[in-house]
Amino acid sequence: MPAFTTGANEDGQWLSVQKDYANTRFSGLTEINLTNIDQLKAVTTFSTGVTAGHEATPLVVGDSMYLVTPFPNVLYAIDLKQPGGGTKWVYRPNPDPASQGVACCDVVNRGAAYANGKVIINTLDDHTVAVDAETGQELWNTKLGDINRGETITMAPFVVKDKVLVGNSGGEMGVRGWISALDVNTGKLLWRAYSTGPDSDVLIGPQFKPFYKMDQGKDLGVHTWPPEAWKTGGGTVWGWVSYDPETNLIFYGTGNPGPWNADQRPGDNKWSCTLFARDADTGQARWAYQIGPHDIYDYDAINESTLLDLTLDGVKRKVLVRAERDGYVYVIDRTNGQVLSAKPFGYVNSTAGVDLKTGQLIPVESKKTQVGKVVRDICPAAPGTKDWQPTAFSPRTGLLYITHQNLCMDFEGVEANYIAGTPFVGANVKMYAGPGGHRGEVTAWDPAAGRAVWKIRERFPVWSGALATAGDLVFYGTMDGWAKAIDAHTGAEKWKFKCGSGIIAPPMTYRGPDGKQYVAFLAGVGGWAGAIVSGDLDPRDGSAALGMVNAMADLKQATTKGGMLYVFSL
Amino acid sequence: MSSRCKSAALLLAAALALTANAQPKELRVCSDPNNLPFSNQKEQGFENRIAQLVARDLGMKVSYYWFAQRRGFARNTLNANKCDVIMGVPSSYGMASVTRPYYRSGYVFVTRRDRRLNVTSLDDPRLHTLKIGVQMIGNDYANSPPAHALANRGIVRNVSGYLVYGDYRNDSPPRRIVDAVAKGEVDISAVWGPTAGYFVKQSRVPLVATPFTPQIDLPFLPFVFDIAMATRRGDPLREKLDAIIEKRQREIDAILRQYGVPRFDGGLS
Repeated sequence: MPAFTTGANEDGQWLSVQKDYANTRFSGLTEINLTNIDQLKAVTTFSTGVTAGHEATPLVVGDSMYLVTPFPNVLYAIDLKQPGGGTKWVYRPNPDPASQGVACCDVVNRGAAYANGKVIINTLDDHTVAVDAETGQELWNTKLGDINRGETITMAPFVVKDKVLVGNSGGEMGVRGWISALDVNTGKLLWRAYSTGPDSDVLIGPQFKPFYKMDQGKDLGVHTWPPEAWKTGGGTVWGWVSYDPETNLIFYGTGNPGPWNADQRPGDNKWSCTLFARDADTGQARWAYQIGPHDIYDYDAINESTLLDLTLDGVKRKVLVRAERDGYVYVIDRTNGQVLSAKPFGYVNSTAGVDLKTGQLIPVESKKTQVGKVVRDICPAAPGTKDWQPTAFSPRTGLLYITHQNLCMDFEGVEANYIAGTPFVGANVKMYAGPGGHRGEVTAWDPAAGRAVWKIRERFPVWSGALATAGDLVFYGTMDGWAKAIDAHTGAEKWKFKCGSGIIAPPMTYRGPDGKQYVAFLAGVGGWAGAIVSGDLDPRDGSAALGMVNAMADLKQATTKGGMLYVFSL
Repeated sequence: MSSRCKSAALLLAAALALTANAQPKELRVCSDPNNLPFSNQKEQGFENRIAQLVARDLGMKVSYYWFAQRRGFARNTLNANKCDVIMGVPSSYGMASVTRPYYRSGYVFVTRRDRRLNVTSLDDPRLHTLKIGVQMIGNDYANSPPAHALANRGIVRNVSGYLVYGDYRNDSPPRRIVDAVAKGEVDISAVWGPTAGYFVKQSRVPLVATPFTPQIDLPFLPFVFDIAMATRRGDPLREKLDAIIEKRQREIDAILRQYGVPRFDGGLS
């Protein structure tokens, strides 16, 4: 896999969900471009037979496409040489049905990975499996967690050299977060770094040099919690990993602290909501930056780090860029963890910016939540200004394309509920459209200048992520089912096609065996934002899906569920 | 069509369906297969016993749809039409139609008898220093009412959480919070009444379950809940269940007493 995709080294394949180690989601293919995009037509479709939310970008390796579904995590190999694309083989891992009851927010899967003739997937019931890319035969199968303890796996595996990186999900279930490295050839567990607990468990050693004082000290993964609370503290790893071959560092963020409410876990709750840089071979931490100390809004820090070399104030810097759930685009020196800038890309009132001297996210007293207290107009809402859906970066325009939400939320006192035979009390959360009344946006962001160049408003949250191409096009999908292409320079809409279900999977492009360029969208609404459709929730129950249903009550009129791949070409 | 008109039409349709297919023979119960004292697959829980009682009066046989009682339970069971009744929900439950309540219980303190702690109030100053166990829920911004109440009193560092889900590989996963008192892991636990009563009764180390005051923290944090059965909205079964609960309350009380459920409604515990 290339470190960074440019027009020059494009091989027309799509080997990982993120496209390259740098997480650009940029393709150098140019056949489909601004001059001919109006002639883009659907050429084939493929039904996955699954109706939960489809968040997985398909892969293309040589003449085959690989597609993994949400639970039951069926892996399809499609032969691109056959007219219409015949099924080459199907691999069914048959995950434990009980895992569906453990998953927090729909039974999603964010895609497969490819390496050395193997397709690698994660299953909801905590297995990582490698399958022979030619035959579909299972090569190894490693169980990494336990659904009985609330753990699931939803992220796409990420292969760095000879290692497969996988993390767990389930921060709401009293899980202790981790990332693990497996041998790509055998599936053997090589190292595991926990997100909470003593330094020895977090793989913090003598090489660890965090930039900010707030992240320095011994065993902070224990001391920043009430006694014992770190053992179930969350900080799960369910998003994206990037890799810098030059420094041999991997970068990834951890999820929110749990399962206690904020007032029951005083302290910074390290290392939840934290960005880690680790040695790819040993897992040892080199630096960490806690983006959200003592998170109270569910702003997981699992979003992707896009690795770029930018000229900032005339100086060339090796940075990573993160469109964060808390609403800021962070530009961070990836060699040492220093925050160079943090500017809002949406409407934010829950925090007042980032203090670049201390690294501290500045809290806003009036927006602090507490169960029993009514707090209105908290922006962004719990899914943040952007959730997991990945950005794309075009080296041709120098812009980062962010597909995201515009949602705020109210804390309306408390409501009684019931689980496992036990009555409990929780905040009655309601989400709704933020300023402007639209719920989604596409923002073209200049990371060097730290400002939005243009914005597109969308009716629903844009939960699809983006694809950028050297044809100067950006592709994304909407939750009501429109596959769209826009001009990468101006944001002008150039093409659209209505799919049978809403789109929440990042689109991709590839060169087929016939030498032509294709664009693929996997439709199939669901996920946290789309659970009202995939889970058939009652639109009258606004607090369902943790308050998301209130914001999405009209989605049922706009689309229906069902996984279907759409492939387009000229 | 007005909603009244619509429900009349639905009732008519239901009645016609009944004449066509005769009376359904099974009372399909949505139930957790591993959650004593409430229910388990061996039908040893008090909800299993009450289901038998109710089914007998309906002239039906009990059948079960087993599903761990987690987030989405009602959606995946009752409201997916896999079963027709959930035997226990708080009467304020919003996901379904609820019957009249058949018992009221509350959170209680569990302590070792030999410790003679006798803590009867959430405002007892000893709660600032004793090691306390609370049931933990795990949804965002949600928790068991005593966990909230202790945090509101600044009692945090000496509190340990026990997830209500427990480790589902083990038998009766919620019991761990009571075992923790017996083993001396914590000095005192705040536990939902039915769970506390049952496992206190079973414990080899003598334990006591003690009600505490207040029953509600203002503005709104109740420690006492009315428990009812739940059916799908509009299902005429609910009225039949109401009538059975009214008629069989004494037998229901007797079952709850056998399981040691602490009662906050005058029912004998």
